[in-house]
Amino acid sequence: MVAMEYEPDAAGQESYILCADCGTVISSANGAGLCVGCLRNTVDITEGIPKEATLNFCRGCERFLSPPQTWVSAQPESRELLAICLKKIARPLMKVRLIDASFIWTEPHSRRIKIKVTIQKEVLANTVLQQTFELLLVVHTGQCPQCTRLAAKNTWKASVQVRQKVTHKRTFLWLEQLILKHNAHKDTININEKRDGLDFFYSERNNAIKMVEFLAGVVPVRTKASEQLISSDTHSNTSNYKFTYSVEIVPVCKDDLVCLPKNQAKAWGNISPLTICSRVGNTIHLLDPMTLQQTDVTAPVYWRQPFDSLATVTDLVEFIVLDVEPSGPVRGKYVLADAQVTRSSSSSGNNMDEDGMGDDGIYHTRTHLGGILQPGDTVLGYHLTNANFNNDAFESFNQDRLPDVILVKKTYPNRRKKSKPRNWKLRSIAKEAEDVNENSNTVGRGALGRKGGVDQRNVERDYELFLRDLEEDKEMRAAINLYKADQQQQGDQDDDEDGDVGMGETKKSGSGMKGGKRRTGNGNANGGSGMQVDEDMGGDEGEGTDADDEEEEDFPEIDINELLEHFEEMDMDDGEEVQ
Amino acid sequence: MAVRTQFENSTDIGVFSKLTNAYCLTALASSTNFYSVFESELADVIPIVHTTIGGTRIVGRLTAGNRHGLLVPSTTTDQELQHLRNSLPPSVAIQRIEERLSALGNVIACNDYVALVHPDIDRETEEIIADTLKVEVFRQTVASNVLVGSYCALSNQGGLVHPKTSRSELDELSSLLQVPLVAGTVNRGSEVIGAGLVVNDWCAFTGLDTTATEISVIEATFRLQGQTSAAVINEMRDSLIDHYA
Repeated sequence: MVAMEYEPDAAGQESYILCADCGTVISSANGAGLCVGCLRNTVDITEGIPKEATLNFCRGCERFLSPPQTWVSAQPESRELLAICLKKIARPLMKVRLIDASFIWTEPHSRRIKIKVTIQKEVLANTVLQQTFELLLVVHTGQCPQCTRLAAKNTWKASVQVRQKVTHKRTFLWLEQLILKHNAHKDTININEKRDGLDFFYSERNNAIKMVEFLAGVVPVRTKASEQLISSDTHSNTSNYKFTYSVEIVPVCKDDLVCLPKNQAKAWGNISPLTICSRVGNTIHLLDPMTLQQTDVTAPVYWRQPFDSLATVTDLVEFIVLDVEPSGPVRGKYVLADAQVTRSSSSSGNNMDEDGMGDDGIYHTRTHLGGILQPGDTVLGYHLTNANFNNDAFESFNQDRLPDVILVKKTYPNRRKKSKPRNWKLRSIAKEAEDVNENSNTVGRGALGRKGGVDQRNVERDYELFLRDLEEDKEMRAAINLYKADQQQQGDQDDDEDGDVGMGETKKSGSGMKGGKRRTGNGNANGGSGMQVDEDMGGDEGEGTDADDEEEEDFPEIDINELLEHFEEMDMDDGEEVQ
Repeated sequence: MAVRTQFENSTDIGVFSKLTNAYCLTALASSTNFYSVFESELADVIPIVHTTIGGTRIVGRLTAGNRHGLLVPSTTTDQELQHLRNSLPPSVAIQRIEERLSALGNVIACNDYVALVHPDIDRETEEIIADTLKVEVFRQTVASNVLVGSYCALSNQGGLVHPKTSRSELDELSSLLQVPLVAGTVNRGSEVIGAGLVVNDWCAFTGLDTTATEISVIEATFRLQGQTSAAVINEMRDSLIDHYA
């Protein structure tokens, strides 16, 4: 059909001629001198538009290729599919006006898609011709790159192996929360737990690099990149690699006791070699509790001359503060004080000779905790008199200047025994559903506790310690997201001991800190020793209860305003992120 | 009798030739095919002259003429003028015109009695046209086009004009010319009639693309096969009535 302008004829204004081809009388207004039929025979406005094209379809994921490289799932006869089909003739269509396009039904098994396309184009002068034609698309089945990789069991392109060679998992529990807060696991396609760490898998190298940079920003690390050639094409000069980034986290953790080599201690502001690690950010903060002198160790500096921790949190023992007397110097929240402490467990009191080597079991020491300690408080510390370390730096340390006790942090054992549930909880990256199938006793512990089994009790203990650390350290809390615990849910969890943060856990493992057993090894604890601690503790349980009535008024409650709502909603998207 | 021909692959033969009742001009081509077509039709009747005008081959567009005379533009050289004078019959007057609109074939359409001219042509030129060609001169347009010579072809028997010429304009023009006029096309829908068609009282030459329908319109209009124009008009009227019934 030619879209002809209709001019109302004034008398005698119309003019008629014979069509040049067929001789029928036509109005001469169309300028071509031809009738519509003859004009259409003469001019093909669909010239240059392909009438046949191919459509790539992935059999695995049932998606269509939308050029150049996107794969889109589209239902038959859907708008999306029509868009993909028309894209095939997009370039020739630029020269004409697309009026309409619709599907013509074809048998799906025929692997043919037919589309009726109506176009308009101006031919000659002032003559617009409209024409309809069929576009036949042949569906070529194949595999999209994702499915190819899946079929080749080659799903990831880059992985980040995060390792920390320590006996506990607290660093990773902390990392998990940081990752969740910053949504750093956004592009991760899989997370695997490995011995001493985690593996993160990515489909793109960039994502892995991003993750490595994120880790380097939050913890002191050493990174090594390596690549494995999967395939190469000499013709196109392209090759396909798998990239692996090995990220090793400094094995010194918060509250660890560190004995620096002498020359190093001299170089770092002549600090006393015997220090405790007060904080681990992207540098390690070392604090000398005797003088409040501090030094920061950055990751490159650390890896130039690595040192190990002398004793770790598992070696901490409880002391009762008998007297505290601030001795003057104050540095930030640290107040230097002289303290008198004694071992808190009654069993140690009975064996005073064994423990205290003949003295009265009262130890005098200097501590940086003068600001928060009161007589009668319970405090955790390293009992160096009884310790036997196997460490060169420690050997060369002047044993005369070695304090009996180094106090590390205040603790709240009585409060812990109250069966009061926490009013907050943490999110987790883990896919807990999987674990339920494996082992009904497994408790979701994020990316870390998923293995359960032998390691599970250690993980439970580490998680509890981690939660306590959070409660006691405001700075730590500020760096992550805490969520309000649903009260109803909380009650259920208490009933069936599977609870995430239930107090029942605390009863079993919470006072493991009290650690009746003192480890005299070189600090390299394994899963077995962790269990022993718990067993010993079971015996202590009876004697400990007499103090239950006391309420510790300075217990660090978490303000409800710090907590975030909508735990469940935010948890929802975890499943979707893993493809 | 209408004959299809082309000039060196161009179907616009009216550009390269001029046909009157007394003579025919053709352009110089690389071969004589074009000339031969005219020769085969006209050889014994009128002189056919190979010529250039001002060194160009577009003789049809640069000249205007009829049985009585030939007008050539100011660009025509003396040599060409001499050649034409020698070739044409003595009864044909040749006149060189100093006119700003030098493509005389485009601005003048004439038969042996009447000439339609471009509305902006000089008064002096108008007088020369009237004197040389012995015609009545009318300043006119054809379907709003001032180039009357391009958009119509006239003979003493009839005339073919631009397809968009309205019926009232056709009536006006045919009353001036005193011959029946028909709107039509040549060269398969082309509206430049003057370029596609040269015609005199007994034969016509058209571009090679001209369709049979167009040929039949031309033959009817110019009464080249003893067909009366009334018959053509009746036929047209019948088909019109059929078409719009």
